Amino acid sequence: MTLPLAVALDGAGWHPAAWREQNARPRDLFTARYWADLVRTAEDGGIDLVTIEDSLGLQSSAFGRPDDRVDQVRGRLDASLIASFVAPLTNRIGLVPTITTTHPEPFHVATTVQTLDYASRGRAGWRAQVSGSPFEAKHFGRREFPEFTIESLRGPAGEAVLRELFDEAADAIEVVRRLWDSWEDDAIIRDAATGRFIDREKLHYIDFAGERFSVKGPSITPRSPQGQPLVAVLAHQTIPYELAARGADIVFGTPFDEAGARGILGEIRDAESRVGRTGRPLEAWADVVVVLEETTAAARAVLDRLDERAGAPLASDALVFAGTPADLVDLLESWRAVGYTGFRLRPARLPDDLRQIVEHVRPRVAAPADAPTLRERLGFEPAANRYTDTEENAA
Amino acid sequence: MSTAKRQVHLAAHFPGVNNTTVWTDPRSESQVEFSSFEHFAKNAERGFFDYLFLAEGLRLREHKGRIHDLDVVGRPNTLAILAAVAAVTEHIGLVGTLSSTFNEPYELARALSSLDHLSNGRAGWNVVTSSDAFHGANFRRGGFLEHSERYTRADEFVSLAKEWWDSWRADAVAADAASGRFLSSDDAIGEVVHRGRHFDVAGRFTTPRSPQGYPVIVQAGDSPDGRDFAAHHAEVIFSLHTEFEDAQAFYADVKGRLPGRGRTEDSLKILPAVGFVIGDTAADAAERAREVELAQVSGQTAIAFLEQVWGRDLTAYDPEGPLPDVEPDIEGQNITRGRVRHVTDIPGVVAAWRQKAEAENLSIRDLVISLSSRRGFVGTPDHIASEIDRYVQSRATDGFVVVGTTNPYGLDEFVDRVVPLLQERGVYRTEYPEGATLRENLGLPALESDAEEARHVG
Repeated sequence: MTLPLAVALDGAGWHPAAWREQNARPRDLFTARYWADLVRTAEDGGIDLVTIEDSLGLQSSAFGRPDDRVDQVRGRLDASLIASFVAPLTNRIGLVPTITTTHPEPFHVATTVQTLDYASRGRAGWRAQVSGSPFEAKHFGRREFPEFTIESLRGPAGEAVLRELFDEAADAIEVVRRLWDSWEDDAIIRDAATGRFIDREKLHYIDFAGERFSVKGPSITPRSPQGQPLVAVLAHQTIPYELAARGADIVFGTPFDEAGARGILGEIRDAESRVGRTGRPLEAWADVVVVLEETTAAARAVLDRLDERAGAPLASDALVFAGTPADLVDLLESWRAVGYTGFRLRPARLPDDLRQIVEHVRPRVAAPADAPTLRERLGFEPAANRYTDTEENAA
Repeated sequence: MSTAKRQVHLAAHFPGVNNTTVWTDPRSESQVEFSSFEHFAKNAERGFFDYLFLAEGLRLREHKGRIHDLDVVGRPNTLAILAAVAAVTEHIGLVGTLSSTFNEPYELARALSSLDHLSNGRAGWNVVTSSDAFHGANFRRGGFLEHSERYTRADEFVSLAKEWWDSWRADAVAADAASGRFLSSDDAIGEVVHRGRHFDVAGRFTTPRSPQGYPVIVQAGDSPDGRDFAAHHAEVIFSLHTEFEDAQAFYADVKGRLPGRGRTEDSLKILPAVGFVIGDTAADAAERAREVELAQVSGQTAIAFLEQVWGRDLTAYDPEGPLPDVEPDIEGQNITRGRVRHVTDIPGVVAAWRQKAEAENLSIRDLVISLSSRRGFVGTPDHIASEIDRYVQSRATDGFVVVGTTNPYGLDEFVDRVVPLLQERGVYRTEYPEGATLRENLGLPALESDAEEARHVG
């Protein structure tokens, strides 16, 4: 049985002190070569897809607000453009940038991911993420978001804020997906006899009209190789699970142990039935932050060293695993038995933990076969087009 | 051979979605597959072009209420394709048209800065404004902008983008593992606070200062507002003035506005868009040009062209026959949407066209060809090279944005046959300067914020 593995790329790694490691390349974080090297390493090592983190605000050690630290990595390049850059330099690996649903125009998001799909010949995905912090909203100056903390988000007012952000995200994903379908596969006909470049009956206005915005369509970009690139959502609680159930193909969950793994999977399936998801159920994948060494003691020593340099133990939304590749594989196997069908590993250090993954984790779990597109590699059916053969939708 | 010769600058326009591109040509390939962009970019780089240029699409054109289907339709996202092209090229600049209306300064500034990082300093931005509800229907913002506000928003947009680009100190990233300082100082990343007519924003930027500081600013507007905007911000003008004397007048006008802005003549390059048809002899070139024109303007295309001005359905008329005898419907002027048309005096235009057609005995199709064919150079490689040289030495332009008629091979012949002649004349580079940025390739001065002293090249 095969087990897809994703690697989540972020800066010098997911530990805030990772950039000070001997093999880190902190001076190269904003260069093309750095990202090309990492993604090629992952591809050559049989990783199925990489995600690339992004945000519309500077990284921060504080929740929902900026900090003034100078001892951690600050700054990043646009993830979708990193993915596009890497696309022609790779051949097999899926490329899944993070793009937020909150401020950007869904029309631009749709064509960005379609173009990534063209440049990668069918290996594009999109990690859709909300961006709810007030300081990020101030970069745009068009909306005001209330200040919040982890605690305040648990109350009714916090829930209302989350609902608004995630409902908007659901609308954005819906718009993007409709735009992806808005050209049928064979819309370009180049029919010299009739002088028509396209068959406009195969282009469709999406006519999305929501509470927050409306979008006419069609996309400016013809339907891309996968038709529907894969959409992933990272989720930790009810409202985000529902967003994933409404709009995503893959949900990244964050269990800390086997009981939590079961509980999260149950919540995901509940969310699917609450929102009335039809068609293929969500692929539930689990995220783990990894520090990998030959022995458990060595891995813990690395984590201690990193924590000491950072001045605090690594705080993460996901399990922080410090141990051997073999023990990590045992953990993944036990969660697979619960029902997870893939894993996204977040290397605490780049490139050290990425190397550990490709050299010692990947060989221990059977990889899906190479396939031309990311959908095929992960066992998804070809994407049906919602507009095909529905004449009332014709332009 | 004189070292005082002015140097020619060339840009390569990837053919867009209009009837320039002859999609019926058997050599014509996909306008969206990456292989087309890769060939086009590598060929332009082989020809030492300063940059490749991409237009932008925000909505598909409509004609008589339906999506226009006679020309090439569909293109990729501008920024995403430029980032991918950056990976398969080394020297050529990457310039994209990006609307200042349907983007926000923060996100566009970070995307352009990212492109500049990923390409090692080869990014450029053709700033355009748009205001109409037709395009706005695809965006959250909708069609919100008064026409008169287009340039005030564009001006504030670019100024604000520059604030974001300037907000990281050049030496902000220390990345000193030993001392534990990633940022070099507490104020390595400046706080931007901007309160203006169109934007009220504050915060810190996510992206370090890029190799060029910021992308080369290109602009295409031609109105007095547009020219003022250009004199303030633009480093390249993508001009429509191709007739020699008209081009000289435009050149003098725009360059004359620069000293008032404290800028030198070299800080702005003017590059008109031109087509070209190459032949072994003048007659051969003229014959090929005629074939291209007929392919660009089919009978249906000619009728659709007239319908834009007549404002009514003219499909009953024979494109090979005389002009329609019906009068234009002045109210029906929105027959084509998504394409800029500048006709205001409809009866006057129609009268002039009828007069021209009668005097020259032109059919509908002939008339449209004579009105719409892209002004350009038709002739032998030597003729084209000498014309390009003449324009540049006579200060009618600083060079050209060249567009071919097929995609993606339309510039191959230009690179094979015209570029060597420009090189022989000593007016065109024979190699890229090692590691040069787009700004350096264009011979533009370094940004003041980057330079101890402005450096002039060429």
